[in-house]
Amino acid sequence: MAEMMTLGKALNAGLRKALEDDPKVVIMGEDVGKLGGVFRITDGLQKDFGEDRVMDTPLAESGIVGTAVGLAIRGYRPVCEIQFDGFVFPAYNQIVTQVAKMHYRSLGRLRLPIVIRIPYGGGIGAVEHHSESPEAYFSHTPGLKVVTCSNPSDAYTMIQQAIRSDDPVVFFEPKRRYWEKGEVEFSDFPLHASRVVREGTDATVLAYGPMVKVATDAASAAAEDGRSLEVIDLRTLSPLDLGPVYASVRKTGRCVVVHEAPGNLGLGAEIAARVTEECFYSLEAPVLRVAGYDIPYPAARVEEEYLPDLDRVLDAVDRAFGW
Amino acid sequence: MAKGDLETVGADAPAGGYVQLLTPDGDRVERVTGPDGTEYSVDFTDAEYRTLYRDLVTVRRLDAEATALQRQGELGIWASLLGQEAAQVGAGRAMRPQDMAFPTYREHGVLYTRGIDPIMPFGLFRGVNQGGWDPQEYKFNQYTIVIGAQTLHATGYAMGITMDGKTGSADGEAVIAFFGDGATSQGDVNEAFVWSGVYHAPIVFFCQNNQYAISEPLERQTRIPLYRRSSGFGFPGVRVDGNDVLATFAVTRAALDNARQGQGPTLIEAYTYRMGAHTSSDDPTRYRIASEVESWKVKDPISRLKAFLEKQQVGDAAFFAEVDEQAKAEAIALRERVLELQDPDPVTMFDHVYPHGSPEVDAQREAFQRYQATFEGSAH
Ligand SMILES: Cc1ncc(C[n+]2csc(CCOP(=O)(O)OP(=O)(O)O)c2C)c(N)n1
Repeated sequence: MAEMMTLGKALNAGLRKALEDDPKVVIMGEDVGKLGGVFRITDGLQKDFGEDRVMDTPLAESGIVGTAVGLAIRGYRPVCEIQFDGFVFPAYNQIVTQVAKMHYRSLGRLRLPIVIRIPYGGGIGAVEHHSESPEAYFSHTPGLKVVTCSNPSDAYTMIQQAIRSDDPVVFFEPKRRYWEKGEVEFSDFPLHASRVVREGTDATVLAYGPMVKVATDAASAAAEDGRSLEVIDLRTLSPLDLGPVYASVRKTGRCVVVHEAPGNLGLGAEIAARVTEECFYSLEAPVLRVAGYDIPYPAARVEEEYLPDLDRVLDAVDRAFGW
Repeated sequence: MAKGDLETVGADAPAGGYVQLLTPDGDRVERVTGPDGTEYSVDFTDAEYRTLYRDLVTVRRLDAEATALQRQGELGIWASLLGQEAAQVGAGRAMRPQDMAFPTYREHGVLYTRGIDPIMPFGLFRGVNQGGWDPQEYKFNQYTIVIGAQTLHATGYAMGITMDGKTGSADGEAVIAFFGDGATSQGDVNEAFVWSGVYHAPIVFFCQNNQYAISEPLERQTRIPLYRRSSGFGFPGVRVDGNDVLATFAVTRAALDNARQGQGPTLIEAYTYRMGAHTSSDDPTRYRIASEVESWKVKDPISRLKAFLEKQQVGDAAFFAEVDEQAKAEAIALRERVLELQDPDPVTMFDHVYPHGSPEVDAQREAFQRYQATFEGSAH
């Protein structure tokens, strides 16, 4: 039976299920135990599963991921929490030089079923380093899989699938959507599958994580003006699942990609290149991007102007039509 | 006045002792011998004692005002120094004018005692900028939020002092790097220790051990007292009662003077307690018990200095009342100025990405302005 819960609560429920299902699953991170994480995503888990399985670690991200590698070699399935997007970088070396490459280095003999959870994105009025979207750095790194959820039900399903996956998975959580509610049900879609969330005929809007809501809101607004937008939630950033995207663009002839991360060399650039290659003769306009500007994430009081919003998405759709 | 060594002073001291020159009851300990034989004491005039008291009361009052401003929605977040006033005032006052500080995000008390306008970090906490001051002008680096990163910056700055030949005399320069107990686990901090040791850098590592890194108690970071970490890196470490402004001053002054004389780094562990939440976003009742907080109330840094001033007849009721009044006036003035901090014009977010600009950013700025203009006259 579907149950209403917030995205944060759905992740909590998914983690709980994973801990129940597999005794090798362990959660590790800063403040994840007694406090239940600064966003309470691991709330109550240490109480129920003990300090060995839900570990309050020393304050060292390189240590969190580096020791997770050792635990994985030893047969555990560590789920690491990075407290905020901007604090993953002390672990970047471990993630890129070790986590991503060990399977390849061992000629496939060693698997690292590690999940690295990262709350990401802006819109919460935070200070520096608490609002970033670093997904492209990880998607650019062969050997890592990168996914992100946009709603409670996907969050519940995808976190469990990521933990069951034999790949290292960087799991981006749209922190500003943690408190949004939806129906939650486990649905066993493949982990690396994009999804059409709203059908339409005039243009395709691609989004992921926190921007899916922006895209669907834009589609609702466009519908009032008689324009029918198809919205696709990418869900998986590496590998990309663009089959449904190509099908959509062949139908609509127009494509807009939306993400919060800076546009320069962001996911949108890769997607635009691939859609152009695959759908060249269907395209009525170039693939357009609506992205964060190529500047450091700005001070909270101007972040609303920085973040892609409904108006900017509609503006891009207009431009696609005006081409 | 009693004399002591680390084993005899501080009935309330943690195992291994600490340097304490003023007991929680406000009694002076004349001098204390540190682990390496250094004798710590202070020799303040009455006026200097009163200045320290005024500092402590003022930084606490300003901090309370900031907490209130945050609750009223005027700040996005606030990192309170409540409980850590003596550690910060003692360290700040121990610095000489030529010394350079590398703070975390909590050193509002150090900032104040450096004579810097207390409004300076409020743009960051209000969310109208991300700091925006010149570290060289104030000899006070920008607040650093990524835990521990600044300790390496401080080390490099200290290496530069040596390279410039500015150590080896009483007017040499020194650096003080601030960080928390949690930060001691970071690779950056440990690398800073390595580099400072190897380069014999003129630096003081000032760790405010406030017992918690958000929810995590000290045991999650270490098995040995933090001040002992330094021995593995080849320089001295000393623990001081961080709620004792006199001892903190004495220990920090000695360490900074050693550094400026060319005698290399020191690690100071200022043993204190975070009386409030980690930040305004935090709920400490989830992870610590009220009785623990109560047990630290009796070690309050301000009341012990007040008791001392009363016993010594250095401060009377009129003085204490006047200090409270002045602190209140400063807090009210601060509040008014915080409320005046305006949101920036959004187009300014494109400024300062590079010293000499960038054609790509310039083009985006122009496109942004054209786009904004399309909303002119609408309610957007
Ligand atoms: C690299 C990094 N990881 C995580 C955080 C999130 N965070 C902010 S403050 C904090 C705890 C810091 O504890 P401590 O060093 O003891 O300093 P305190 O805040 O107690 O003064 C954490 C984990 C961060 N800012 N930077």
